[in-house]
Amino acid sequence: MSTLHFVALAPFIMAVLIPVFYFKFRKIHTGWFVLPLPLVLFLYLLTYIPAGGDPMNPVLNSVPWVPSLGIDFTVYLDGLSLLFSLLITGIGTLVVLYSIYYIANKNGEPLHNFYVYLLMFMGAMLGVVLSDNLIVLYVFWELTSLASSLLIAYWFHKEKSRYGALKSMLITVTGGFSMLAGFSFLYVLTGSFSIQEIIAAAGTISGEPLFITAMLLILVGAFTKSAQFPFHIWLPDAMEAPTPVSAYLHSATMVKAGLYLVARMTPVFGMLTEWFWILVIFGLTTLLWGSISAVRQTDLKGLLAFSTISQLGLIMSLLGMSSAAMHYGAAGSEALYTTAALAAVFHLINHATFKGSLFMVVGIIDHETGTRDIRKLGGLMTIMPVTFTVSLIGLASMAGLPPFNGFLSKEMFFTASLNVASMDILNLETLGFFIPVAAWTASVFTFLYCMIMFVRTFTGKFKPDNYEKHVHEAPAGLLVSPIILGGLVILFGMFPNLLAYTIIEPTMQSILPGLLNGGEQFYVNIYHWHGINAEIMMTIGVVFAGAAITLNLKKWQQTFFFNRERDPLNAVYDSMLDNLVTGSQIVTRAQMTGRLRDYMVYMSVFISALGLWTFFRYDSFAVDIGAQTPVPVYMYIITAVLLISTLALPFVTHRITNIVLIGVVGFIIALLFVIFRAPDLALTQLLVETVVVVLFLLVYRHLPEIKKESVKGWSHAVNAIVAASVGIFVILAGLSVHAMRTASDITPISDFFIENSYTLAGGKNMVNVILVDFRGLDTLLEVLVLGIAALGVVTLVKHRMKGDEDV
Amino acid sequence: MRTNFLMLHTITRIVSFIVISFSVYLFFAGHNAPGGGFIGGLMMAGALILLYVSFDLATIKKVLPFDYTFVIGLGLLIAILTGLNSMIFGDAFLTQYFDYYQIPFIGEVELTTALPFDLGIYLVVIAITLLIILTIAEDVS
Repeated sequence: MSTLHFVALAPFIMAVLIPVFYFKFRKIHTGWFVLPLPLVLFLYLLTYIPAGGDPMNPVLNSVPWVPSLGIDFTVYLDGLSLLFSLLITGIGTLVVLYSIYYIANKNGEPLHNFYVYLLMFMGAMLGVVLSDNLIVLYVFWELTSLASSLLIAYWFHKEKSRYGALKSMLITVTGGFSMLAGFSFLYVLTGSFSIQEIIAAAGTISGEPLFITAMLLILVGAFTKSAQFPFHIWLPDAMEAPTPVSAYLHSATMVKAGLYLVARMTPVFGMLTEWFWILVIFGLTTLLWGSISAVRQTDLKGLLAFSTISQLGLIMSLLGMSSAAMHYGAAGSEALYTTAALAAVFHLINHATFKGSLFMVVGIIDHETGTRDIRKLGGLMTIMPVTFTVSLIGLASMAGLPPFNGFLSKEMFFTASLNVASMDILNLETLGFFIPVAAWTASVFTFLYCMIMFVRTFTGKFKPDNYEKHVHEAPAGLLVSPIILGGLVILFGMFPNLLAYTIIEPTMQSILPGLLNGGEQFYVNIYHWHGINAEIMMTIGVVFAGAAITLNLKKWQQTFFFNRERDPLNAVYDSMLDNLVTGSQIVTRAQMTGRLRDYMVYMSVFISALGLWTFFRYDSFAVDIGAQTPVPVYMYIITAVLLISTLALPFVTHRITNIVLIGVVGFIIALLFVIFRAPDLALTQLLVETVVVVLFLLVYRHLPEIKKESVKGWSHAVNAIVAASVGIFVILAGLSVHAMRTASDITPISDFFIENSYTLAGGKNMVNVILVDFRGLDTLLEVLVLGIAALGVVTLVKHRMKGDEDV
Repeated sequence: MRTNFLMLHTITRIVSFIVISFSVYLFFAGHNAPGGGFIGGLMMAGALILLYVSFDLATIKKVLPFDYTFVIGLGLLIAILTGLNSMIFGDAFLTQYFDYYQIPFIGEVELTTALPFDLGIYLVVIAITLLIILTIAEDVS
């Protein structure tokens, strides 16, 4: 157990304490209690940053969890994990601070729910990026999905929130399952869940057929989480969450978990041609699709959501491009090949800063004006000067304008796409040209939506009638976090090399570990002016094309293209969901007829089929009528009574007689238990019979008259066959058990209990020892089932459906 | 005319206590003789049902003001906590321990962790039986 374990677990511990803080100190906003935690974690994690440009030494610490299955809670901190942990805790601190002013502590706002979910997310996300074990990673991964869904549904009284929560849950958890399958394949191939061990073994397993399948399955997980096309549709609907959540989960951290996984898996799968092309094609498609969809949004958060999707696609495609360096072996460590990795890491940081600040700004606008609709907004420049300045910085950075950090990483993105297009591997000489083309086109749209957000929100005429409240600048508390992030945008823009060897280079080492010998480092130097080259021409082109469209925006908005705000892919999701519901209803209706007889048929058919199959499959049928003990006369009498009362049952037409006959059967069975010296069973049977009598008395008046049911002829035949097969199976099983119990190769399990119940469990009553000790878990689960059944009875009786109500 | 169940009430008062005592005996005897939480619980439920049947629901509700849903949870919790207890010592969930102790005046007594586990079962069985039967009995539709 190291401090790093504690880093991942601390938010969970804090989450447990939140209700106490909330209810004990009702007057103080719960957020103030949460705030120190991410801050302390952030400062602690800062100490891991390598000083003086030395290479970073990864930290590894393992705590066994389920050693027999190879599952250990191993923390592994290298550049990549450190970058993400710093993002999670750093942005987390700012978001918590922002949320204190955003969600007011009044009207019984369930703040404890909010902060418990938020801390649960923080811990889970730290767990994802810190754990080296795939299963632990998976558990935390699903926890982030769960927390995200809970946070989207925080204002659960809104229909749209619930819709968005369900959608994000279904899509990301489905992806998570697929990823788990991929992890299992990796385990099958390498015999280890440890990422570092899998990376070490990657060379030897790359030829296996399961390897590509594993890659595809894991990519589905990463793509659903990082909202890549066509799984991106959950992200715009996730914007129903409170804005601090959108800023934190749905732009800065959680949606980057997929990028993290892809970066983490690059050393494993990076040599595959499929890896490169899938990442590049899906990344660029997402980039284009997201940026094109963003320009038609009228909701500011919707615009930012699609912009996030597009930026995630950008980073995804850069991660794909960075894997190309691996094909060059040691030569791949040259700057020409590693620009993509550098750009990916740098843009990831930049995106977190400018998009985080933009989300917070939009939250402020929403908070102060009561709307996020750009058709209503306008002219806020003079009314909210600070908000305006911060958004201007963020938007300029997002659009890729100097001197902000977005410009630097956008330039690098162009460089990387041009570099990759000129490579002579992976069929790039024929297909590579479209990469810079797509990059450029998407950048135009990116510029365009930044301009739309700027023009429609801040310029134009301010119309006070559009707002329900008096519009004014936000309070200082709300502004602190976006100002800090905006300041970082400028800082990283002016002095990008602050990040170079502290965090970017160590991260690149984690993504491309095979290219360097021990102690070597990638060359990282980020600067603005590279002279007149292709990249600067592309940027100028973007600005001109974007500006040209912006100036004619009025005309463009008349077109059909602009008037389809909703993503057409939503129709696919909605119809799939509808079909799932109707399909399940059809299956359920066919199966749950409400007739006890049908259920008995299902169970009986299954039991007898399973039993008969076992006879044939394991050749376990035998008849041996020797070695019989003489049967005393009274046994014949007892058996006769039992038989007669059983056989009489179907012919009785009166309910009371029916009940009495069943009672007779029960008590005779109890008698048999006594004769065969099973006092525990006999006692239980007697007591159950007694209780059942009371039950029958109670339900008697609800029971209908016994009527002869009119059933079809074939139904009779089916019933007869089912009944006969169950009977035959039981008889055959009895005969076989009798015949085989003396077989030498079979040791009855009862021997173990006879020998050990006194010595191991200190009990002379073997039945009880089995119940409470040897098979205690069975008993526990049995009473659990009984408890559920009892609650089911309560539900059925007390909340009975009336008339033709249907679920 | 108000029916007088004097005989029934008098006998029930005596019999139910005998049955309850026997149920407690069965519960403790369980480890070494026939009995145990499950049987003891059923017998206790039987005794309580006898009370409910011979008196009426309202009277017994006053005497036994338990929320049986809560008792189900309590029993399960006791059983699970005994199971977790062994995990503190690094053993598997639900590993039971036992030892023999000399207690003044009583002599050698065997104490097991299976007993609290069985207590959980005992409570759950009583509560389930009564919850089901009372729910159906109170149903007036």
